[in-house]
Amino acid sequence: MSTEATLRGWLLAEIPKSKLQARCQRVFIGWLDFKRNPIAMIGLLIVLGLLVIAALAPWITTSDGLELHLADRLKPPSSEHWFGTDELGRDIFDRIIWGSRITLYIVALVTIIVVPIGLLIGTVAGYMGGWVDTVLMRLTDIFLAFPRLILAMALVAVLGRGLENAVLAIALTTWSPFARIARAEALTIRNSEFILAAQMQGISTVGILARHVTPLCMSSVIVRLTLDMAGIILTAAGLGFLGLGAQPPTPEWGAMISLGRQYLIDQWWVPTIPGIAILVVSLGFNLLGDGLRDVFDPKSGN
Amino acid sequence: MALQSKLASILGVLTSLLLTFIGLTAITFVIGRMMPADPVLAIVGDRASQEVYDQVYLHLGLDKPVYIQYLRYLEQLVEGDLGTSIMTAQPVLDDIIRFFPATLELATVATLLGIFVGIPMGVLAAVHQGRWPDHIVRVISLIGYSAPIFWLGMVALLVFYANLGWVAGPGRLDVYFDGIVEPVTGVLMIDAAMSGEWDIFYNALSHLVLPASILGTFALAYIARMTRSFMLDQLSQEYILTARVKGMPEYKVIWGHAFRNVLVQLITIIGLTYASLLEGSVLTETVFSWPGIGQYITNSLFNNDMNAVLGGTIVVGACFVGINMLSDLLYRLVDPRIR
Amino acid sequence: MTDSTLLSVEDLHVTYNTPTGLVRAVSGVSFELGREKLGIVGESGSGKSQTGRAILGLTATGGTVSARRLEFKSTDLLNASERTMRQIRGGGISMIMQDPKYSLNPVLTVGYQIEEALLVHNRTSKRVARERTYEMLRAVKIREPKRVYKAYPHEVSGGMGQRIMIAMMMIPEPDIIIADEPTSALDVTVQLQVLAVLDDMISERGMGLIFISHDLNLIASFCDRILIMYDGRVVEECTAAELDRAQHPYTRGLVNCLPRLDGGQDELSVLKRDPSWLTTPGATR
Repeated sequence: MSTEATLRGWLLAEIPKSKLQARCQRVFIGWLDFKRNPIAMIGLLIVLGLLVIAALAPWITTSDGLELHLADRLKPPSSEHWFGTDELGRDIFDRIIWGSRITLYIVALVTIIVVPIGLLIGTVAGYMGGWVDTVLMRLTDIFLAFPRLILAMALVAVLGRGLENAVLAIALTTWSPFARIARAEALTIRNSEFILAAQMQGISTVGILARHVTPLCMSSVIVRLTLDMAGIILTAAGLGFLGLGAQPPTPEWGAMISLGRQYLIDQWWVPTIPGIAILVVSLGFNLLGDGLRDVFDPKSGN
Repeated sequence: MALQSKLASILGVLTSLLLTFIGLTAITFVIGRMMPADPVLAIVGDRASQEVYDQVYLHLGLDKPVYIQYLRYLEQLVEGDLGTSIMTAQPVLDDIIRFFPATLELATVATLLGIFVGIPMGVLAAVHQGRWPDHIVRVISLIGYSAPIFWLGMVALLVFYANLGWVAGPGRLDVYFDGIVEPVTGVLMIDAAMSGEWDIFYNALSHLVLPASILGTFALAYIARMTRSFMLDQLSQEYILTARVKGMPEYKVIWGHAFRNVLVQLITIIGLTYASLLEGSVLTETVFSWPGIGQYITNSLFNNDMNAVLGGTIVVGACFVGINMLSDLLYRLVDPRIR
Repeated sequence: MTDSTLLSVEDLHVTYNTPTGLVRAVSGVSFELGREKLGIVGESGSGKSQTGRAILGLTATGGTVSARRLEFKSTDLLNASERTMRQIRGGGISMIMQDPKYSLNPVLTVGYQIEEALLVHNRTSKRVARERTYEMLRAVKIREPKRVYKAYPHEVSGGMGQRIMIAMMMIPEPDIIIADEPTSALDVTVQLQVLAVLDDMISERGMGLIFISHDLNLIASFCDRILIMYDGRVVEECTAAELDRAQHPYTRGLVNCLPRLDGGQDELSVLKRDPSWLTTPGATR
């Protein structure tokens, strides 16, 4: 019997023999469900494509996108420069490819900040209840009620311009929904028997939260994160457009649009193509997020 | 009895509003204090004597403990004192009042577009789920909120202004017409109509069309998607079967029954949309050189005019919070189930 | 078909095309209904609710309905136009559903919903419609019709909600009413009240009733004739009085499952399903 057939058999077995097998089975069945949705698959492809492009950047590009070639400035798309050149003669195709790394960097950085904070605040609030809950939720609501871009702008004004500060500003305005989700989950299972059992075993609150409550929140958090990611990328691009994000000569897509803006009419490719890149990536995350939500929570409207 | 509990829940919402607003001011206060620049130096200049410096330092209350400074800050806010703009040397509040109507105009028209186009689109998609009207609406919707709004605006300018010449370009009014109309409401179109200056009216309109449409596309995408989702949810409910069993024509089942249930939820969505358009206009205003509060904050930012930036943040933030609260209140008043 | 037959169903099939294959919800059901009370008993998935929906032309999307004959008072229901069907729904044949919490529109007043049922079929003034609604509410034993008229569905109890349902479905004066598990969501004491109201109205107006339920006892005591359905087909048809002498093994199984107050049983018998019931054509008298 081939290894593929044995693997499939293992994944579809009626009764899993280990925790690992059970987990893999769940993921596999979710994957089969997901595969049936062509639109979600497109989203997945786009996001994977982003990862691949960013990883293979040094091999796909012909330059580092930063060198100036003033003699070649503002050339239209051609076989030599697939997306043309910008106002400083840099190859736009290369800059877009390098820019994908920045996009991924933003995605990763925001995730690392937002998810732990949200989970921590949410689970603690939901599990402890009482005044801890009230205070934490008040805090969450305040940040939730904030206009994201404006607050990010104010923060950047103070912290100074730069990619990391912009990301920090975005992260501060984005963690609230995750705290809410985590809290909702924590509330639901707070009184379950297995939690009671864990408490009787003497596991500390931290232990319970970490090993029992948090894993149950993960699927909702992942779905929400993916769906919000598009908005985060757009906000980051917006900040870049306003000149508040990554500073030149970094090839951040939003900043590229801003710098190319004055050439819109005669050299349309300079600001337009980075925008298409942003659109495609944002679209990818939205489609992927929709697909994931359909798998995890099918009753929401599709 | 019902009235009492309704009042109680309204009171709850208002308390929430107050607390959130206090939180908002706390955050802006903290941000203001985080400034690397010395606020005293910003006022007296770096050539002032130690005496003058000390005077201003005391005047600003910087010697007092933080919470007293915060209370002073709140006091000033309540009095409407948002500080003075470094750029214009005017009180920030006055500046904001001057620029706000432009943003309001934009956001309002865009929201109306979102409502009157987005809602029918959403209903259409839900009723024809899985067939081509549904697919078209979903694609439009998806592109609408996946596209960077400033980029969309630029492309639209390129196509509709530069290439096709269908609409006027950036700015609110042709320079030619500047200053002719008396600003009564601050909303150019209303003012122009009121004084009978019809060519100014049309000019203002042609300037408004594009930015409002771009912002509106974003609103429309979101509203259509949510409407579709809500409608699908309602159409699978049992009372819809009841309505059909009664022999009602399909359009009445959709609009008179399903949509009536969706309407309540849409109030919250519309509120959210309007609020987020207020801040979405920041980017649109930059692209279209629209003299609204978004531009104001952006320009102040580049000029390191912190008072203006924070003042603008508070005003927009307050509107944001206020609108969300308002729609929450409205929701409670309208939904018969919450009593 | 005699003069007093209201509904004729011959060889009704309802099939659903699902990703996992063809699902036959109803496979060859036949019966006739006059001005009498017919009960359809079966477990979940036996196709009894689907039969009711098919008669009204309200099968869910994805389902195909076919029959050799489906006639209501000499109108062909299979090939009728949507317009004709809309006239029949409510005005000719009506349906009461299980749970008023879900089957009534939560954001409209009870009175509005009842009036609506009337106005769809009768062009009268609003005032007349309102009067008729009050009358109807009184007829279903609701004591303060004016107060209830202004109430919302979530403000009334389950029993009252079902009586409102009855009022709503009776007000356009249909000839047949299909009751799909009308008392399953109610407390036992309330069940009897609601059934009494239903019984009165049907007798008064000389209507036909199709009572769908999983409760054999209830149907046996309430209805004149009984249809037993299993897996989409009719396996037995008899009068309520003859239930004890039923022949089909499934029916016998169901009857034997019922606990009896007069004792004599040590263990309740368990229904044993015979796969041959799936293939034998429905037994009829």
